[in-house]
Amino acid sequence: MHLFLQQVCSGLASGAIYASLALALVMIYRATDLINFAQGEMAMFSTYIAWMLVNAAVPFWAAFVLTLIVSFIGGMVIERIVIRPVENAPVLAAVVVTIGLLLIFNALAGWLFTYTLQEFPSPFPDRPLLGALLTTRDLGVIAVTLVMLALLFVFFRFTATGLAMRAAAQNPASARLCGIRVGRMLAIGWGLAAAIGATAGIMVAPILFLDPNMMGGVLLYAFTGALLGGITSPVGAVVGGLIVGVTENLVGTYLIASQLKLTIALVLIIVVLVFRPNGLFGTAMVRRV
Amino acid sequence: MNDGTAATAPEKLAAGGRAAPRIGAWRRFAVAALIVLAAALPFGLSNYQVFELTQVMIYAIAVLGLNILTGYNGQISLGHGGFFAAGAYTAAVLMHRYGVPYWATLPPAALVGFALGLLFGLPALRFEGPYLALVTLAMAVATPQTLKYFSWTGGNQGLNLAKPSPPPGLGIDRDRWLYLFVFVVLLVAIRIAANLLNGRTGRAWMAIRDHPIAAAAMGIDTARYKTLAFGTSTLFTAVAGALSAIVVGFVAPESFSLFLSVSFLVGSAVGGIATIGGAIVGGFFIEFVPNFANDISDAAPWAIYGLAMLLFMYAMPRGVVGSLGPLAAWLRARLRPGRSR
Repeated sequence: MHLFLQQVCSGLASGAIYASLALALVMIYRATDLINFAQGEMAMFSTYIAWMLVNAAVPFWAAFVLTLIVSFIGGMVIERIVIRPVENAPVLAAVVVTIGLLLIFNALAGWLFTYTLQEFPSPFPDRPLLGALLTTRDLGVIAVTLVMLALLFVFFRFTATGLAMRAAAQNPASARLCGIRVGRMLAIGWGLAAAIGATAGIMVAPILFLDPNMMGGVLLYAFTGALLGGITSPVGAVVGGLIVGVTENLVGTYLIASQLKLTIALVLIIVVLVFRPNGLFGTAMVRRV
Repeated sequence: MNDGTAATAPEKLAAGGRAAPRIGAWRRFAVAALIVLAAALPFGLSNYQVFELTQVMIYAIAVLGLNILTGYNGQISLGHGGFFAAGAYTAAVLMHRYGVPYWATLPPAALVGFALGLLFGLPALRFEGPYLALVTLAMAVATPQTLKYFSWTGGNQGLNLAKPSPPPGLGIDRDRWLYLFVFVVLLVAIRIAANLLNGRTGRAWMAIRDHPIAAAAMGIDTARYKTLAFGTSTLFTAVAGALSAIVVGFVAPESFSLFLSVSFLVGSAVGGIATIGGAIVGGFFIEFVPNFANDISDAAPWAIYGLAMLLFMYAMPRGVVGSLGPLAAWLRARLRPGRSR
């Protein structure tokens, strides 16, 4: 029983990381109807920026905030330069372009920072809590995710920019008629997604160690979480991410060898898409022709 | 080797100009000459160059499979490396465990590829564009892990295969024999693809790609044709995988990583996603560009792939071969001022 609870708790911690990245995916999907395959590599790159700052003796939380700002700007720039031309292009072009971005970021990181594993400091001490059920580090990761979620909720619910962004995502034509600068809103959406992804990267780096291929598996779990929760729903993304984290841990402990963890994610994705394509919280898309 | 473009071109010419039959005859002659030239080519090259060209043709078959699915039917796959692996392992296990001769492994590999494609194509019916990309991406990521897990695949070490020997009495060595063997398979693959794509099936696939609802309204069984496209596509790719196992003489999980799947997509995009001849250009790209890039740095192949993807999507979305048609039309219009004005 203790082992079970322990696995659930550490599952929640890794689930919180998947949830953050899933949230970033949902942000972009809602704003631009794209699945951003480069989200994980963008997060990895942001994490390297944080790593450079920390190595330059910047205090951790200052480095964290600086990285988020840089990532936000970077995300906006990417939207403007790379994504804008394919915004209304066929799906294939959009998919190919984000895959291209994935490759470029991966190569860039490998070239600038080499492929060797780097240690990344954790902001939270690693002490057992509640009779070794979870560590303070797990708790810290979960807390950061919850705070981020709360901030996003407040932003979208109570600020004018948040409202404008929701309008731009829901009905670009009408939003434009109301004087909302839709293009700018989309760029902000990408910026926010990049910053959220950066958080996920910084949280996961102390556990996985930092290297250019760090986010491969995490991205897959994040996709699974986003689909499970419904790719149109931010709350769904968080719940889905947590479920995936816990499932991954439990299945890895009790059912089959951990080498097949990624295969589980694949099976889960197919099951969700076949039986509940809109996920747990997503809304069905109605398309007029 | 430009058989593929030749197969579609006569129709266009017949629609556009009176000189069609004569040009058709010339084209036939040119294609025949090219085939003879390609068959004679290995006898003037070093062993290693022959091996490289054999790889080019194998990749071309795999990319051709992807083109059928993504280019002609509009279903995106980022996981064709997985089907390539399925074909390679079918051939490898048959040869290694059951002593099946190498040439006899192609039909089973094709069958496995077709069956897996149908299986995968069925749920894929419910996935639209980006979702299908996502599922196939997950498959590509999970492939090496899955291969390592089972014992009959040889686990981490993979399987070593005896290199096939050429038929006795022919007087050519192994590398050149394999080149010719793969070349014949490539020609057959191109012929089959061209026939399928120029016929009823191909038209149905393209109609579904261009407007699924209109296609369904015209009486096309979209579910059946989409599944069929998946199966056909993976059949080609699995055969390519089997050929690769035979030619390389070795299979291991790590050779079937996400990079392989992405390579096929890049090759497809560079050559021209909705062309047959583009597959050959793609094969050259996949074989030679990473090799050159590796000399620059470890990261360079990925960077070049990524840049090529962005560049081709923005500047040349039809790819190299797909842009030849419009270019030729433009040139013709330029060269015959009397007709254009």
